[in-house]
Amino acid sequence: MKRSKLTDFIFQKVSAVFALSAVAFAILILFIITKEAFPAIKNFGFPFLFNTRWDPVKENFGALTFIWGTIVSSLLALIIAVPISLGTAIYLSELAPSKIRQPLSFLIELLAAIPSVIYGLWGIFVLVPLLRETIQPFFAKYFGFLPFFQGDIYGVGMMAAGIILSIMIIPTIASVSRDIFMAVPHSQREAALALGATRWETIKLAVLKFSKNGVMGAVILGLGRALGETMAVTMLIGNRPEISLSLFAPAATMSSVIANEFTEATSDLYVSTLMEIGLILFGLTLFLNIIARFLVWSTTNKASFGK
Amino acid sequence: MNNYLRRKITDKLMRALTVFCAIFVLLPLISIFVYVISKGITSINIDFFTQLPKPAGEPGGGMANAIIGSLILTGMASLWAIPAGVLGGVYLSEFSTNKLGTLIRFSADVLSGVPSIVIGIFAYSVWVRPMKSFSALSGAFALGIIMIPTIMRTTEEAIRMVPHDLREASLALGINRFKTTIRIILKTAMPGTITGVMLSIARIFGETAPLLFTAFGNRFWHQGMTQPIAALPLQIFVYAISPFEDWQRQAWAGALVLIGLTFVISLTSRLVTKRKI
Amino acid sequence: MKNTIITNNLNAYFGKTHAVKDINMKIGERVATAIIGPSGCGKSTFIRCLNRMHEVIPGTSVRGDVLLDGKNIYDGDVDPIELRQKVGMVFQKPTPFPTLSIYENVSVGLKLNGINKKSYLDEIVEESLKKAALWDEVKDKLKASGMSLSGGQQQRLCIARALAVKPEVILFDEPCSALDPISTTKIEELIQQLKQNYTIVIVTHNMQQAARVSDWTAFFLLGELIEFGKTQEIFTNPKDKRTEAYITGRFG
Repeated sequence: MKRSKLTDFIFQKVSAVFALSAVAFAILILFIITKEAFPAIKNFGFPFLFNTRWDPVKENFGALTFIWGTIVSSLLALIIAVPISLGTAIYLSELAPSKIRQPLSFLIELLAAIPSVIYGLWGIFVLVPLLRETIQPFFAKYFGFLPFFQGDIYGVGMMAAGIILSIMIIPTIASVSRDIFMAVPHSQREAALALGATRWETIKLAVLKFSKNGVMGAVILGLGRALGETMAVTMLIGNRPEISLSLFAPAATMSSVIANEFTEATSDLYVSTLMEIGLILFGLTLFLNIIARFLVWSTTNKASFGK
Repeated sequence: MNNYLRRKITDKLMRALTVFCAIFVLLPLISIFVYVISKGITSINIDFFTQLPKPAGEPGGGMANAIIGSLILTGMASLWAIPAGVLGGVYLSEFSTNKLGTLIRFSADVLSGVPSIVIGIFAYSVWVRPMKSFSALSGAFALGIIMIPTIMRTTEEAIRMVPHDLREASLALGINRFKTTIRIILKTAMPGTITGVMLSIARIFGETAPLLFTAFGNRFWHQGMTQPIAALPLQIFVYAISPFEDWQRQAWAGALVLIGLTFVISLTSRLVTKRKI
Repeated sequence: MKNTIITNNLNAYFGKTHAVKDINMKIGERVATAIIGPSGCGKSTFIRCLNRMHEVIPGTSVRGDVLLDGKNIYDGDVDPIELRQKVGMVFQKPTPFPTLSIYENVSVGLKLNGINKKSYLDEIVEESLKKAALWDEVKDKLKASGMSLSGGQQQRLCIARALAVKPEVILFDEPCSALDPISTTKIEELIQQLKQNYTIVIVTHNMQQAARVSDWTAFFLLGELIEFGKTQEIFTNPKDKRTEAYITGRFG
């Protein structure tokens, strides 16, 4: 009896240690990267965030071009991915016949399972030539009066990165939104239909309005993924630290500059600067993830009222 | 009546639009599959699975070392992250108090949202630099951190599905907590746990970013745990951005193998548990 | 008496399950008709056939005719969207739209029809809320969420919402089963008033309620219509043994 109590005690403590490892890692990552970034933070101070220079030779470093690259490529991804994901999620939860629903959901999950490096490979050899030879000339010809579609056409650049990111975050936004739509009580839809609403009006009235917060959460979750994505973007964005309004122009993101330059960083300050960029990236995704989870959680909780 | 017609048309239009969206989502998927399979199959050969990479620009060679390297890295990461994740999940569902549980769950969610490149520079700072060498171990360490939150949360969810009666019945028989948990509860929750484990394995198998500054890659066969090691996704990355046609060809072959293995892992977990991913 | 709804050999199915069997019923204009019977007898399914709500559940089907003012609602040229504005419905649990205010909940049906004129909407909202005996309780907080009301108030809000689109018939599907006794009394009184202007069909498992509010009563059992007659006769002098067994409480 005594021995088994001891086993229980040890078992509980050991499992507690492992569970707490999640907490430890989260804190440790934040702590270590802050510590590593500290020389750069001390050296460049607050203006680091607004400096557009990136000169490893003179060690004049600023993060703005990378923050710009990360945010613009992610926003571009959202502009493309959000309508398509929501349309797909509505189709899956409200309209698709059950014979189509299952396989389609499965295919969308497959899209999420493709490794990022393969998106990059496909991007280099399929998407970029398509952009260079067909899509970008088209935009330049018909929308060239807009600043977004001016300048030389390389194929690689902001547009390629935005498109690949949109493809990568569609499964996240679509499947989370679908789950949120499905959590809307059935009685809400019936109430709208019984009032004489069409199918689409029912979706708008009973489903979309009800799940506004949750969908917002799904979108932010997608945004979080886009911000942190590294490989596919590194392979497609052109890696030139410049701020340009044109979507044709090459750019660089926070994650791509780390991926490209970390092993080449010669001086301690250079490494520390890249660490600081990693810290900014971590902070940004952390902030968004907290908001997103709160929003998703608040809608799924609200949904339980009508059941 | 005009209004009525407008409503009907809007309805038809919007419904058609959602179908269009669903089809649009499938286009890149289909394109990726078609390219990876067609380009991959024509590029794959025996050498690919048996040979080392040739020096830059020389045709021929294969990715044998990278395939093995990926298997070693994934295996080692699993070795420490699966027990940690599963036990952590057990703790969350069986022992944790409310406040501590919330903190752990929150941390796990934070951890799963950390960009993998950040995990890479973290592993570099705490392992590679002190040891003064890129190594297989540091790569497995970074990959393991990525696995833990997924495994922990899915294990917890799976255990929560186990009916409470079962637990009480076992404890009432005088079986201690440890045996009850391991023999009865974990066994019942096995399908869900396996799904989580398999999903996390499928994910890290294709991870590249955290390996850039840890496993680093290697042109030669495995040289021990404290030395740099090749990995399939790393090799695909290097070959894809290279200017050599033969390397690009091999990148497609690598992609086919990588996607094939990843899907086999996810599909197996689906079959094992008969649940959707 | 004029009949508003006549069903001819009405059958309803869930997949292969035959839930409603060969119902022939004549439902009178501006009276309340109660449908009673043990749970699972098909009474809810039956009234959902009267505004074509049965067909919104995947895998269901309907056979037979339902004539509304002489016109079969299952004819190809009848649009269920239009039909449901003529035949309104109130559900078991109150279903206000949680993101809409009280005012918006009542006016939403009109808005769908493209009616946006503020003064007209104001007028209809007030009229509908008054008819639903809710106006005095909410007139000072029309902008508040529909969810801020009590369960009974929410149900009356749903009645007002149904009234706003000016239906001819209102179907009640066990409207009081989720409510407390005081709210139930209020809804029953309301139904008494509404039947002077509307044709009412109410499904209930509560026999006292059927006796209190309805003029006619139909007894359903296992998907079949066992007996249909004046409420008083059904309750005092049932012709079928099964009806008698049910109303004297021997099953269900």
